[in-house]
Amino acid sequence: MIRFLCARLGQSMLVLAAMSFAIYGLMGLMPGDPIDLMISADPKITSEDAARLRSLYGLDRPIVERYFNWLGAALGGDFGFSRLHAKPVLDVLLPAMVNTIKLLGAALLLSLVIGLPVGMVAALRPYSKIDYAVNLLAFAGISLPAFWLALLLIIVFAVILGVLPAGGIGDLSGGGGGFWEQAKYIVLPVATLTIAGVGGYTRYMRASMIEALRQDYIRTARAKGAGAWRVAFGHALRNALIPVVTIIALDFGALFSGALVTETIFAYPGMGKLIFDSIMGNDFNLALVALLFATLLTLAGNLLADLNYVWLDPRISYK
Amino acid sequence: MSAAADIRKNSGMMGLALLRFRRHRPAAISAGVLVLLGLSAAAAPLVEAWLGVDARTVDLFNRFAAPSFAHPLGADELGRDLLTRLLYGGRISLLVGLTAAFAAAVIGTAIGLLAGYHGGRLDAVLMRFTDGVISLPLLPLLIVLAAVDLEKLGLPAEAAQSESVSLYRIIVIVALVGWTTVARLVRGAALSLREREFVLAAYSQGASSLRIMTVHILPNLASPIIVATTLSVGNVILLESVLSFLGLGIQPPIPSWGNLLTNAQELIWTAPASAFYPGILIFITVIAFNFLGDGIQDAMDPKAGRR
Repeated sequence: MIRFLCARLGQSMLVLAAMSFAIYGLMGLMPGDPIDLMISADPKITSEDAARLRSLYGLDRPIVERYFNWLGAALGGDFGFSRLHAKPVLDVLLPAMVNTIKLLGAALLLSLVIGLPVGMVAALRPYSKIDYAVNLLAFAGISLPAFWLALLLIIVFAVILGVLPAGGIGDLSGGGGGFWEQAKYIVLPVATLTIAGVGGYTRYMRASMIEALRQDYIRTARAKGAGAWRVAFGHALRNALIPVVTIIALDFGALFSGALVTETIFAYPGMGKLIFDSIMGNDFNLALVALLFATLLTLAGNLLADLNYVWLDPRISYK
Repeated sequence: MSAAADIRKNSGMMGLALLRFRRHRPAAISAGVLVLLGLSAAAAPLVEAWLGVDARTVDLFNRFAAPSFAHPLGADELGRDLLTRLLYGGRISLLVGLTAAFAAAVIGTAIGLLAGYHGGRLDAVLMRFTDGVISLPLLPLLIVLAAVDLEKLGLPAEAAQSESVSLYRIIVIVALVGWTTVARLVRGAALSLREREFVLAAYSQGASSLRIMTVHILPNLASPIIVATTLSVGNVILLESVLSFLGLGIQPPIPSWGNLLTNAQELIWTAPASAFYPGILIFITVIAFNFLGDGIQDAMDPKAGRR
């Protein structure tokens, strides 16, 4: 078990290291040049000055050397400055992260609260009318382009009805409005992520529950006279949840993708919007660290999924 | 026609599969819808000629024109005919979806076959690599790849700035990240197929690894590959549309369903209706491909049968 955990941890570190180098390399391939951006506002600068700046920041060195310089500084806690925000990268990143966790947490919770029971109901009556309806809705949810859904929600609730704001997170200074005033701003983004995500969880839960209900121990329980409810909740549900929990953890990456689109459309200041804006705005330092953070969280999700299997399923053991 | 007569007429495995497919009503309807969409997108120039409009002509006196005989769906913010722009956009979106899904399937099949057939260390390396790619946050990564300056990759300037480069770029980057599902499927199946007698027979007759992989193992993998590819077309169209929507995919003036929605967000207060048509077309196409994949899966796998 410890050995397995160490191997998986080592593997994740390897992926992260490879990713950091790949992303570092890709940042160098972005349009624009950090020195050009720096001097563009100053007409008096000469090409000698530019060359001096270039060597001052080490941009004339080979990429491997630059990468290790960056890595050394990063491991020491120095992630550089954000060009757009004129602040240290971490000062920009951490508040955005808190916002994203609020948004994704609410959406994930809501998706599970709706998706798991609905999937279970469908699984208890496979190929019934309810099951067909659930399947159809789940398919529709999966196939819905999330950004279009966001636009529709804005049109209905902000443009036509005018009951909810179209974006932003409201006035954060001076405690304006209290909790409910703030909550209004998160309703539409959460609704978008929930509607786009709930179909997947419903289908996973349904498939997993049907699979669990086919097992021998279910037949045994039925043969011994357990009622339908007892079989479903006492015997099948716990086993059906194992793969579902794993998929939730594995889906962290997909959650991030959803956050990127949703946050960008609703101008919600989270990690997703930060990544998009920093790439668009040539803010290389910020983009690099934000992307690595997203990768790190996804990898952590995967690791969690593995641990879940060991923890929840006594049949599985890793030597 | 009764079911028994149907079976007699369509004898053979493919015939039975076809029969089961036709019974899967959502999938059969989806197939019809997709053919219709494909044909009307292909007929875009004909529609243009028939209506006497040109999808690229800007006509500022006709901004947001209401639906009329010449413009059945009205005109957009530059007075261009909406219907023909949607049809041309459909050409691009369907083309990208099919090509990129196919390219991803080819990459995935190659990697999966290599890993599954050879096993051992090659398998371990390739599968760890696959795991690594799967664990990446997809959309942020695609955005970085879509923003890369092709001139810095050594492409000549005129090629990097030509109008159609955004089309090739999006196909390549989606294929580069989209092959993992197929690779895992193929690897798993190849791993068990290589132990079968017919592989041993081929091997003992001196067939090369390449021949065994392509001639003996690959045909047995056709149905899972087809199912996974069909299901991924929907995903690819979603990815293309979201990247184009964010301004990183297909670049105007080439229309795609995604970039037709880009302006819709800016115009949301003045012309909210413009957000409707491109989105509903994406939605219909994606759900049709998903149903189609589901139906093919049911048709090809008798064990997964209903009831």
